[in-house]
Amino acid sequence: MPRGLCGAGLAVALALLVAFPLVVTRPFPRHVMITIFLYAMLAQAWNLLAGYCGQISLGNAVFFGTGAYTSTLLLRHLDLSPWAGMLAGVILAVLLSQAIGYPVFRLRGHYFAIATIAVGEIVGTLMINWDWAGGARGLFVPIKRPDSWLNFQFHESKQNYYYVALALLLLALWITVRVERSRLGYYLRAIREDQDAAASLGIPVAAYKQRAMGLSAGLTALGGTFYAQYILFIDPESVFPTALSILICLVAVLGGVGTLWGPLVGAAILIPLGEWTRISFGGSGKAVDLLVYGALIMLVSVIQPGGIMALARRGRRRTG
Amino acid sequence: MMGEGRTLLEVRGVTKRFGGLVANHDISFRVAAGELVGVIGPNGAGKSTLFDLLTGFQTADAGEVMLDGQSITRLRPDEISRLGVARTFQKLKPFAQMTVLENVMVGAFQKTTDPAQARREALAALERVGLADRAQAHAQVLSTGQRKRLELARALATRPRLLLMDEVTGGVDLRSIPGLVALVREVSAGGMALVVIEHNMGVIMDISHRIVALNLGEVIAEGPPAAVGRDPRVVEAYLGQAYVR
Repeated sequence: MPRGLCGAGLAVALALLVAFPLVVTRPFPRHVMITIFLYAMLAQAWNLLAGYCGQISLGNAVFFGTGAYTSTLLLRHLDLSPWAGMLAGVILAVLLSQAIGYPVFRLRGHYFAIATIAVGEIVGTLMINWDWAGGARGLFVPIKRPDSWLNFQFHESKQNYYYVALALLLLALWITVRVERSRLGYYLRAIREDQDAAASLGIPVAAYKQRAMGLSAGLTALGGTFYAQYILFIDPESVFPTALSILICLVAVLGGVGTLWGPLVGAAILIPLGEWTRISFGGSGKAVDLLVYGALIMLVSVIQPGGIMALARRGRRRTG
Repeated sequence: MMGEGRTLLEVRGVTKRFGGLVANHDISFRVAAGELVGVIGPNGAGKSTLFDLLTGFQTADAGEVMLDGQSITRLRPDEISRLGVARTFQKLKPFAQMTVLENVMVGAFQKTTDPAQARREALAALERVGLADRAQAHAQVLSTGQRKRLELARALATRPRLLLMDEVTGGVDLRSIPGLVALVREVSAGGMALVVIEHNMGVIMDISHRIVALNLGEVIAEGPPAAVGRDPRVVEAYLGQAYVR
């Protein structure tokens, strides 16, 4: 596709997304869109580390929870605006990622993935037992009235949440494009392909993995603060579970790892599907969405391990 | 140059053990700036381990590796690379999912952060190794000979002072050998110091200024190709006692 046409297509798509909440005023479709944006950006954050750099993290919920808890605790105790709390959450998540990465990046391949699961479980368990931070009961985000951008709370309509989620997704996409085109992007992909060859060309492999993890953690924490302000209640079960880490990974894998659009495509399919099964089967069908996810992932890995983006590319090659 | 130039690489009494196996024992030799040194020896002689020690992929248990008077014995591979030592691998390691051009750009990025600049230098390196027409192909579709050229281009793109090549012609079809050999000669003629591991005796004796022969982890002979080729210990190591007269 010519570059100009591609750019025009993107502009139209963006205009449609901006216009969506102006046309659709019912809360549920807006909620589905917000959730798609949130998971797309979380999956994109994961993709920077796992897709580009090849380090499969199954513990990214740690950073999501860090963002959610940091802004909420700062709001409760210091009455700090969630926007400042968001920034603090990003900083804390990046620091945490560096502390986790230092020992864990000494492991390669599957061992790294297993270690991130362990870290996720440990942090989740710690949070359940940390009474000051709400323990297993969780925390209500203090309700602020009236609606205001400063307080990052909008009780009247979901419209502003929609735009914030869209902005976060655009930020994640923009960062990914910047990474892809810079030396960093080439280095991350080289590390994914062959660590020894990368090192032999002068790439300090561990340092670049840490950078990828820091980027991934910071972005994920942004999503965590957004979630807290949107749902207004957080507990370890909702923001620190390994199931969330895995869902983030599934979204990206389904769409196509290591690609710019894969996470968004994955989220656009998986999230409505999850909502649909949740509504159709209610509480009794709690695991049905997981069954569907499982079946989808098996399909992807059997038919096209590159995800839907690879399918699309293959299709284009055949027609073109 | 024949070893009379300024010493670029100096290996002093390097030893490496893997459990009970002594892969390299008390190995010493020098490489002068611009010199082409061939490393020969039967399988298991410790040639690739030696390369790993020189490039930081293994750390010597004893001895020192000096580059231009500076010890690099305990540096990491990426640090050694940034000091100007590039290498290729016996078991080729292309970045398979990246294009040929992108592969080489990764090397070029060592000296620049500008993608446009890296791209220009990568294209120049590909031109040099005769792979420019495959720039947009994925590395995984290349033949072994082309992959060797790709690894060479990638290493050259870091603009090294010293290039270590592990097996120039191994696994390459006969028709491709003369081209690869000419390429190595050309790189050497450009003034770069090279250390080359090679099993093809005709090739290595032909291109090397000096030969270091290893057997069972030790240097058994060192000197001009003709002299090393006649050395009874070398003949014995390759062909067995019966051939030594």
